[in-house]
Amino acid sequence: MIHFVVHEEGDGVGVVVVEGVKSGQPLSGWIMEDDKDIEVAAKSDIPIGHKIALRDYKTGDTVIKYGVDIGKVVQPIRKGEHLHVHNVKTKRW
Amino acid sequence: MNLSNSTFWGYKRENGRVGVRNHVIILPVDDLSNAVAQAVEHNIKGTMALPHPYGRLQFGADLELHFRTLIGTGSNPNVAAVVVVGIEEQWTSRVVEGIRKSGKPVAGFGIELHGDHDTIMRASKAAREFLQAASELKREQRPLKELWVSTKCGESDTTSGCGANPTVGNAFDKLYPHGVTMVFGETTELTGGEQLVAARCRNDEVRKKFQFVFDRYQQVIDRHKTSDLMDSQPTKGNIAGGLTTIEEKALGNIQKIGRKCLVDGVIDKAETPTGPGLWFMDSSSAAAEMVTLCAAAGFAVHFFPTGQGNVIGNPILPVIKLCANPRTVRTMSEHIDVDVSGLLRKELTPDQAGDKLLECMFRTANGRLTAAEALGHREFVLTRLYESA
Repeated sequence: MIHFVVHEEGDGVGVVVVEGVKSGQPLSGWIMEDDKDIEVAAKSDIPIGHKIALRDYKTGDTVIKYGVDIGKVVQPIRKGEHLHVHNVKTKRW
Repeated sequence: MNLSNSTFWGYKRENGRVGVRNHVIILPVDDLSNAVAQAVEHNIKGTMALPHPYGRLQFGADLELHFRTLIGTGSNPNVAAVVVVGIEEQWTSRVVEGIRKSGKPVAGFGIELHGDHDTIMRASKAAREFLQAASELKREQRPLKELWVSTKCGESDTTSGCGANPTVGNAFDKLYPHGVTMVFGETTELTGGEQLVAARCRNDEVRKKFQFVFDRYQQVIDRHKTSDLMDSQPTKGNIAGGLTTIEEKALGNIQKIGRKCLVDGVIDKAETPTGPGLWFMDSSSAAAEMVTLCAAAGFAVHFFPTGQGNVIGNPILPVIKLCANPRTVRTMSEHIDVDVSGLLRKELTPDQAGDKLLECMFRTANGRLTAAEALGHREFVLTRLYESA
């Protein structure tokens, strides 16, 4: 069962691809580009399509997805937590 | 899928282009002519009116774009014949003469000095003749390279970037070597990944042109933006679907151009490409605007990946929807032509997903109606550049 996917190794986030992920649940991930498996425990309830942090972040850190900068952290995030508009913002607009 | 010697069944038009639909359209030049156009559509069964809200007191580049979009729509090979209706004769003639260059049957009618009743009668007579003539046209077997394919995604979410958009990219990579003409656009929706598109441009000349239109659009954003842009790009739907920033959305968007295609040229809105390959159209990222511009540029089939479930269609351009979000595929199945959600469960490889889309493309080109066509989605939305006079 794949709970989340990661575009490539080195990305700091995964995308939850199943419904109903709950805090505390152990999750299996698939790194698509490298066809590798990883395990992370969820530390938040995370809706389908939303992102899970794959490492700890502090304010000001850059989030990498697709191997590219997708924005800056504005509130500390722990590995396994929900990473979205409440803790990450664009650097562009 | 081996595409060498692949063919599809299309309608060869007077100018050599090949269409996959055989519409007779009733095209209003302006908002005032919608009522007549829709009355003609009602009178002559099987014709289609394309009502829209613009065409009065536009000027300069905005007016040029209006004419280019209408003329391009009428000239699209999916259209067999066109009845143009306008409030007055002169701009009506301008649209008629533009479409006439494609060689297809076209007639124009002005309402002033006649009124609605007389115009409806005269336009209906022309529409009936065009429709009956079009109904006798036959599909012919044509080589794949004569099919023009456009793409634009909508109501994207994170599954778009890891499932549906890479599927379009896989299909584009397979179509590209066969001389197919393809287009993508959405200028501001490349923000954060524009360097990746620039790197894919065929040469410095194309790269310079791309960078110019990208920078110009950024200036438009800078000039007008307020804090609400954060709700508009990404959209509320994108954010609900898990997309956080414009950069993330852009990187997902760019998956649509695959990994091998080069960007061969840059075109303006509704401009027709001059050769095969992958073109970038400087365009809005709003779904119906962009798809309308693709139709006006002459494209015959459209790939539309969605995550959260955009329901868009177009009057003349069949919009094939694909989706990798299992929840959307379950809750909005009537809108989805190609389900690629298996990609996220390792049940489908990217190569298989691309083939599945191409198979649907051939079936659609050969005549199968898309979900959007069956549901009657005919969003015809003209792009405006600025205020009317």
